[in-house]
Amino acid sequence: MVDNSQAPAETGARVNDFSIQVATVNGSGSQTANLVLLRSLFQMGIPVSGKNMFPSNIAGLPTWYTIRANRRGFIGRKKEVDLLVAMNAETAREDVLALAPGAVVVYDEPLTLDAVREDLVFYPVPFDKLVAPVCPDAKLRKLVRNMIYDGVLSRLLGIEMAEMEKALGRQLGKKAKAMTLNLAALKAGYEFADAQLPKRDGLRAERMDATAGKILVEANAAVAIGAMMAGVTVVTWYPITPSSTVVETLIGYMKEYRIDKATGQATFAIVQAEDELASIGMALGAGWAGARSMTSTSGPGVSLMAEFIGLGYYTEVPAVIVNVQRVGPSTGLPTRTAQGDVLSTAVLSHGDTKHIMLIPSSAEECYGFTMQAFDLAERFQTPVFVMTDLDLGMNTWMANAFPYPDKPLDRGKRLDAETLTRLGEWGRYVDVDGDGIPYRSVPGDGMPAYFNRGSGHNARGQYSERADDYQQNVDRLARKFETARQWVPGEVVDSVPGVEIGLIAYGSSHWAADEARDQLLREYGVTTSYLRLRAYPFTSEVERFIGAHKRVYVIEQNRDAQMRSLLALDVTPGQVGKLRSVLYYAGLPIDARTITDAVLTQEQM
Amino acid sequence: MSTDSTPTPAPAAPVKKVNRIQLEVQAYRGGKSTLCAGCGHNAITERIVEAFWDMGVDPQRVIKLSGIGCSSKSPAYFLGTSHGFNAVHGRMPPIATGALLANKHLLPLGVSGDGDTGAIGAGHFVHMMRRNIPMIYIVENNGCYGLTKGQLSPTADLGSRLKNGVVNDLPPLDLCALAIQLGATFVARSFSGDKKQLGSVLKAAIAHRGTALLDVISPCVTFNDHEGSTKSFSYVKDHDEPLGEITFVPYFDDITVDSAPGTTQEVALHDGSRVILKKLDDGYDPRNKMAALTLLHDTAARGEFATGLLYIEPDRGSFIELLNLVDTPLSMLGEEVTRPSREVLAEIMDRLR
Repeated sequence: MVDNSQAPAETGARVNDFSIQVATVNGSGSQTANLVLLRSLFQMGIPVSGKNMFPSNIAGLPTWYTIRANRRGFIGRKKEVDLLVAMNAETAREDVLALAPGAVVVYDEPLTLDAVREDLVFYPVPFDKLVAPVCPDAKLRKLVRNMIYDGVLSRLLGIEMAEMEKALGRQLGKKAKAMTLNLAALKAGYEFADAQLPKRDGLRAERMDATAGKILVEANAAVAIGAMMAGVTVVTWYPITPSSTVVETLIGYMKEYRIDKATGQATFAIVQAEDELASIGMALGAGWAGARSMTSTSGPGVSLMAEFIGLGYYTEVPAVIVNVQRVGPSTGLPTRTAQGDVLSTAVLSHGDTKHIMLIPSSAEECYGFTMQAFDLAERFQTPVFVMTDLDLGMNTWMANAFPYPDKPLDRGKRLDAETLTRLGEWGRYVDVDGDGIPYRSVPGDGMPAYFNRGSGHNARGQYSERADDYQQNVDRLARKFETARQWVPGEVVDSVPGVEIGLIAYGSSHWAADEARDQLLREYGVTTSYLRLRAYPFTSEVERFIGAHKRVYVIEQNRDAQMRSLLALDVTPGQVGKLRSVLYYAGLPIDARTITDAVLTQEQM
Repeated sequence: MSTDSTPTPAPAAPVKKVNRIQLEVQAYRGGKSTLCAGCGHNAITERIVEAFWDMGVDPQRVIKLSGIGCSSKSPAYFLGTSHGFNAVHGRMPPIATGALLANKHLLPLGVSGDGDTGAIGAGHFVHMMRRNIPMIYIVENNGCYGLTKGQLSPTADLGSRLKNGVVNDLPPLDLCALAIQLGATFVARSFSGDKKQLGSVLKAAIAHRGTALLDVISPCVTFNDHEGSTKSFSYVKDHDEPLGEITFVPYFDDITVDSAPGTTQEVALHDGSRVILKKLDDGYDPRNKMAALTLLHDTAARGEFATGLLYIEPDRGSFIELLNLVDTPLSMLGEEVTRPSREVLAEIMDRLR
């Protein structure tokens, strides 16, 4: 996080601290214009994020793209919109009414939005008049039109035109004709603003140096890269928003980098199955047979997988399941974000089950945790979940370049000739080392075979209905889960001595939590500690953190305080009363102001 | 009186028969069956043991898979040294497919039942037939749910009656006709009590490269072998219409066929072995899809079961071939192959800057 907290030189000027929201229609070509805008700011060294709010539809419905620039690195969603680009007649009036006083509106002139309010700064732009001379082909005008607002913003905000052109080149690649048209549109917008729109607001972009060497990436792509670098060989999946791009991106990378050069043959199999049950079934079959396997889905898919996950847990078969969470329950809001599967996934399936979950907060952690998930799945011989969400997966995030792994793959406890000799004899579920983890053989490895069965079994994997066999086995599974506490990513803790309030957050809520801490301190003089959860099971850090504070606010994006519930099950009973909730579950990414206000209210300040 | 000074040699131990990989048939057995005495599934188990031994299949190469039900218990009773996976109800096909993706050199033998395949498993069954996954898929078909004590299954014939008097008033699924329609490349029906025929189709299935579906009528002695059942021993024996005589000729064996000259049809299988059909039926061609479907329809209408090799399409490539995988099983590839280099990661990062 960059902390460049110098006050702006001019009164009323806001340098590198604003959010731009473009309101358009999906399928209209605004994506290129928005990404150019995002990239230009990024290329000027300014910390940025880009968030897309899109409908569950293919074309023709409203969509809003929000770019936040913040010199201090606070790139979570901002509650207020500072500059609205109103391109959609249908929502324009409502969009304008929602703005805070003093906000800026760049709009399509015929919409006459300046009649709606008097307390905003309006910049009307005649898009249709400007695009006609620039684009003779009427059919292409709709797509090129949007680039005009990029040109206007370049002039108004001081976004360097050279960076815009560079970003455009990157977006369009070798498409020369599109390049020419779009460049002309950029120029037309710039020149119009220069001539006709004297600046009456304080928003400005200035070059700084906070993004050197960084990348811009959607976290679903980060997951894909992590899987490939983990040596995944079998991927079985079923399409679902917002998860599909995980595997679609992976397919692209694998085809490029995992084809044997000599023979043209693949060192992987990626199969689109008939449904999510088949997807997880195939992933488990492959994991049982010794391959690194994964599937990727969202909440509805995980619900479908419940029975097979129980089988994977009880028979101890590895697989990685990526859950890119969206708003539930049921079909819910497929294009909105949430953290609503935490509780059900932790204990997915009937009977006593507990699953390892890795919970990344950033694109870089999506990469690293996905890679680690494969090691954990094979080490613990169990399904492992990577819990991300739509906000991470489908939005554009800044990240440091992903580091190359510094450890070899951990294939876990595989029975080999040497181990077999050492043990003397072997049983599939015998706890040889006391960590709850047995040794396993796989078909074709030349080791003794066994029968994998979801029915009650003894330590040799044979069918058993005996009480002692059953209890010893499930107790060992509990022991295995306890061992996992030492292996999963630990919490990130900033515990300030003598402070009464602690904040706990996880996943994509981190960005808002981090900024809320800053707001509470700078605006209200309230100091807080902060613990960020990164996995389930928790480590002993959690108990220690709660013990060190008087009131702990668990921040999460679901209605029923699911992580708070998991914490309550895990910590000593006396600590449970300290846990309070800050909840946001309306489908947009949580913002800092909501957290700050909620804490203040509960603290009665 | 003189006696012979050479001691009489002890009687020679009987020479144990071994197959071409030097294994006795005992090596292909499994645990003791806990199914009811006289259960059709036990006979099928016997035929599996014999066929795999006869064909010299390496048990280390075989994986046994099943769903849930009485039939799905049977893999524990054969091929005791092979890996096995008893999955969840109706969902053996994805497990088999996944295992094969991980190691394409395995030979999956899947055992399912009529409920496991025809009810809960219908969806996965459809897609398995489409994909032509190289495995043997046996449905041990008794028209009822034995393990949960005798409910109707989707293959129970219209009008058939349960022990408790309940009558089935829904038309049955014909798994063979369904499979053919879906693109299956080897579809056979047999009967647990027909040792010769079942043995032959099993051996042909072992050689087939693709999904070999065997619908084996296997009467349930406890819940479905009574008067009024259309899958009882007596009913099937009375209404069985054998479809020609099948002799399976493995490529490594010479078998003399002792039969009167008649028209024969030779169908070449992918591994070089041949299936020879003795035509008892005028003009039946197992490579003719419409003829197979018509036969199934007509025999069913007469309350009969056509048994034998109903349909075969030996040359369609399997799903695994479509994936164009390297020779080494994916499960055995080393890190140097599966984890891309530093340069690759650097290149990916550069493209994202």
